Order: sequence, then structure tokens, then C-alpha cells
Amino acid sequence: MTWSGWKSREVILAGAIILLVGMIASRFPAFIAPSNLANVFNDTSPLIILALGQMVVIVTRCIDLSVAANLALTGMVVAMLNTAMPDLPVPVILAIAIGLGSLMGLINGLLVWKLSIPPIVVTLGTMTIYRGIIFLISGGEWINAHEMSDAFKAFPRETILGLPLLSWIAILVVLAFVVLVGRTALGRAFFAVGGNPHAAVYTGINVGQTQCAAYVISGALAGLTGYLWVARYAVAYVDIAGGFELEVVAACVIGGISIAGGIGSVGGALLGALFLGIVKNALPVINISPFWQLAISGSAIIIAVAFNATSSRSKGRVILKKAEHAT
Amino acid sequence: MSVTANETGSIERQIPDRLKSPAQRFLASWELLLLGVAVAVFTLNSFASPYFLDAWNLSDATYNFTEKAMIAFAMALLIISGEIDLSVASIIALASTAMGFAVQMGADTSVLILVGVGVGLLCGAFNGVLVTGLGLPSIVVTIGTMSLFRGISYIVLGDKAYTGYPSSFAFFGQGYVWWAVSFEFVLFVLFAIFFAIVLHRTSFGRLVYAIGNNPVGALFSGIQVARVKFVLFLLTGAMSGVAAICLTSRLGATRPSIAFGWELEVVTMVVLGGVSILGGAGSIPGVVIAAFVMGMVTFGFGLLNVPGIVMSIFIGLLLIAVIALPRIARQVLARRRG
Repeated sequence: MTWSGWKSREVILAGAIILLVGMIASRFPAFIAPSNLANVFNDTSPLIILALGQMVVIVTRCIDLSVAANLALTGMVVAMLNTAMPDLPVPVILAIAIGLGSLMGLINGLLVWKLSIPPIVVTLGTMTIYRGIIFLISGGEWINAHEMSDAFKAFPRETILGLPLLSWIAILVVLAFVVLVGRTALGRAFFAVGGNPHAAVYTGINVGQTQCAAYVISGALAGLTGYLWVARYAVAYVDIAGGFELEVVAACVIGGISIAGGIGSVGGALLGALFLGIVKNALPVINISPFWQLAISGSAIIIAVAFNATSSRSKGRVILKKAEHAT
Repeated sequence: MSVTANETGSIERQIPDRLKSPAQRFLASWELLLLGVAVAVFTLNSFASPYFLDAWNLSDATYNFTEKAMIAFAMALLIISGEIDLSVASIIALASTAMGFAVQMGADTSVLILVGVGVGLLCGAFNGVLVTGLGLPSIVVTIGTMSLFRGISYIVLGDKAYTGYPSSFAFFGQGYVWWAVSFEFVLFVLFAIFFAIVLHRTSFGRLVYAIGNNPVGALFSGIQVARVKFVLFLLTGAMSGVAAICLTSRLGATRPSIAFGWELEVVTMVVLGGVSILGGAGSIPGVVIAAFVMGMVTFGFGLLNVPGIVMSIFIGLLLIAVIALPRIARQVLARRRG
């Protein structure tokens, strides 16, 4: 897989997004008003942040199905902290959210690294555990807007240069990932581990440790998003972001990140998330029932993975593929 | 399955010089350990609540796992062959929606059965074609079809529900064959025997193991890997259709959110039953015991008024613990010897 190979895939995806937006705009010009596009981006920001964390996990041949539960648990914890101590400044809350999220990511990572438990099993388990703990600590109660302090709720909505802080954080995370993936040893290690774990060992990379690092990053971002989510919607309860982990994985798959590991890019994850976000926001505009959304994102996943597979079918294994299809 | 464990980790297949006797193997087996857990849960439950050891209560308890276990049997074969199907719960939703639609068209019970199983087969075939025909990773394909199948149910039903199933249809989920033995439980036992024979006593079962252990080796041995996997996807789809019939009949209504989240419980049941998520190992008796364990834990907690979400913590812990503990034990042993 060459650089140009997956660059062109992103170009195609970007083209598809522009086409989609163009088709919507031809009927409903208000959709491409800058303020509306900014709204769509802001609405998609949590998905973008989580998709980037998921990307590094998937690139190392793992998967993190616990992100949504991590988000919900962190959100509940910071919301409860806020009701108990309304004076706690936002930076402290942010630090707690990121710390708690990283801790949950670390648990996933250690189980994968130290005990070599298959990632899908680990995160399937921790997903239900984290979600259950929310119920244990909250007793199933909701924390509503009037119980949260104003500063707590205002943070993600604060506008700088016309964009809410939530959007700016997403942009910052994207930039941080561009640096992390393209300019650091850890970023290269993710791809080395995913591309060929055996070769990675011989180049002196600790495979398990690298995978664990990916989980910690994914967890930290889930924690961060947990606070932003709860503050933005001003409500915390057991089921927030239920099933969101699949949307995050879907964004990665649509963005051309190979579930087999080793292939993926920051741009791909960003575009995949934007695609889903635009579809979600466009449905009510073009008067299609929101009930269509699930089927559309499902079809998008299947089309994307089929497209990626046919465009990237590796040439080294042609003999095997032929043998498999000969009946 | 493309999401594999740490490849440089300690998962190696060791082939012993001489096999131990069947009795010795059983004593060291996963199934026996699990059976111990099942007995412990059963005993604890009967102490915890005086209502537990009642034939009708126990019969009710079986509904906690019969439908999921039927899918789990087929899923076990699929996972042993190295694939996975995360769309099973969505197949239930789609099959149930199709049955509800058929009722509106005036279909009778026998047609409903055909519709249920037929939709299950179609969905399984769709997954199978994408995975074996196009060579796509099953975990991604079925995450996609999971959204697609349930999405179609949402498009058809929205926030409405289908009801008005014929009274003869109620038998499948609510009927009793004899005394407190429900029809579903009998079906569960029959399918357990069927899948145990297929996996453990037929050449097809040997193919499933061979493919899971070494797909490339299986291919070069002349096994039609793609065809076997396609059949397994069909089977899983059909069993999801059967589960849809039972569940719809039991609930008497179809909503698009029916059986939401079941795919995870089914996979948990299979993995708890000792089936390797990496493929190549596992047994149907293990899955049967795991089904009982999960059903009894859920029911026992229910009797103690423990909310469902707390049970799910327990199931999650159980899933990780049953896999982690033997590995920790092995690491400790290896360190002592080393």
C-alpha cells in the first residue's frame, strides 16, 4: 500500500462529500450557508474526535468498542462532581475527564497487552462494565441542566472567531493527530505494529505497549468528549451516546481505515466522520424521516468497505484468491 | 476474523506428543470449569431466593437464554471458522418486521414461519456473499448490515409497532409442550443436539475446525473454504430467523428496537462457552452450559431485584475473567517453572 494509494481514496471520499453537499444545496441552498455548515461541523465534532482515537487503535490491529461507554461514564462523573462542587473550575474538570478517560483506556490496553486477550473481547466486556458503573454511581438518576453550574455548561458553547469552542477543540485534535501520526516515533510505531507485528518486534518496537498507548489515546479522547457532550447537551444519564461506538467505527471504515490494521490516515478519519455528520444533518433538511439514517449509514459502511477492498486488493496474493474462487 | 490478538503474544498452538485420555481431558476442560460455575450459580440462587426452586419459575428463567442460545449455536460454528456475525440482532428485527408486515397482508401462521426463516436466510446470504464472494472482513460487513437491517425496520415501522399476530402464532413463544416444559426449551434442546452432531460428528464439522485453525492450509487441502463459510452465514441467518419467530411470538408485537444489543450477548455466550474468538476451537456443550450460566445469573439477579444493567456488569466481568484467569494462571506457572 503506497502513500498515493490512500491519498487518492481520500480524494474520492472528499469528492463524494462535495457531491453530496452540492446535491443538497441544489434543492435547499440554505444548507450551505456558512452558519449552517459551521453548525454541522460543530455537531460532528464529537464524532471527529472519537474517530481519530479509534483510528490509531484500529491501525494497530485492535478495536475499541468501549468508547461510547467511556464517554458516558466520564460525562456522568464530571456532572456529579459539578453538582457536588459547583465551584470547580473548568480546567480541573477537563483534566479529570481526560485523566479518567485515559485510565479506562489504560485498563483496555493492559488487558490486551499483558494478558493478550483479543481486543474485541476486552472492549466488549469493558463496554458493558463501564456502562453498568454509570448506573451504580448514579442510581439510574438523571443529572439535568439546572443542577449543573453555568460555567460547566457554557464552556463548549463559548464562541471564538465565530466558532464554538467544541469545534475549535475538534480542530486542535485533528492538528495534534497530524503531528502525532506523521511526525512522531509513536505515530510511525502504530503503523509498523499494524502493518507487520513480527517485523515491528525486530525493529525494536514493543507491540503490546504500542497497542496499549493507542488505547490510552482513544480513552483520553473519549473522556474529553464525555465532558464536552454532557456540557453541550446539559444532561447526563446512563444511556447517553448509546451505540455511538458503532458510528465511530463506521466513520473509520468509511474513511478507508483498514480493519486489518496498518492502513489509515487522519484525513480519512476526518472525512469519514464528516460524511456521516453531513448525512445526519441533511436528512431533516431534505425532508427524509430521520428513521432512514441507520440504513443509510449501514449502506455507506458496506459500500465503503467493498470499495476499499476492490481498490486495494493486494497483488501479492493473487494466486490464493484465484484458488479460493475456483470451485 | 481480521481483528486478531497480539500476534507476537503467547497464543501458540501446541500439539502434544500424546493425547491424554478422554477422562483426563474432560477433567482439565473448559466445560467442566463452566459446569462448576453453573452449579455454583444455581446453588447460590436457590439460597438467595425461596422462589427460585419452583418448576414454573425455572421454566420462565429459560426464556432468558433460549432464543439467544439458538443463535449462539450457529454463531459458535461461525466463530470457530474464523468469522463473526454482528448483525444477528438486526436480522431478528428485520425478520420480525417482515412477519408483522405479512400479518397486515393477512398471512396465517404457517406463512409467518416461512417469512421469518426466509428473511433470516436472505440476510445470512447477503452477509455471506459480501464476506465470501467479495472477500471482505466479516466484522466490518456485519457492523454495516447490522445498521442496514435494523435501519430497514426503522424505515418500515418508524415509531409504530406491528401487533395483531394470530392466536395460533402465540404457541411458539408462549406454548408448553408438557407441564412446565416450554416449546422454546424443547426447540433449544433439539437445536443443541443438531448443532452438536453437525460440529462434532460430521465431516462438515471437521471442515469448520480445519478452516478456523488454518484457512490457507484448509484451502490447499482442497476444502472449499468460501462455500463452507457461506453455509455458516446462511445457518446463522436462519437461526436468527427462528429466534425472531420465537421472540415475536412471545412478545406479540414488533418494534424496530426489538432484540436491541443481543448480538453482544450472543457473542458473550459463545466466548463464555469456551469458543476461541480467534477461531479453530470450541464446543457446543460449552455453549449450552454458558447459556445456562448466563440465563441463571440473569434470573437469579432478577429475583433479588437487581437491575438489568448491574447484571450486564457481571456478564462483562465474567467474559473478561473467564478468558483472563487461565492466561494469568499460565503466566504464573510459566514464571515458576522458568
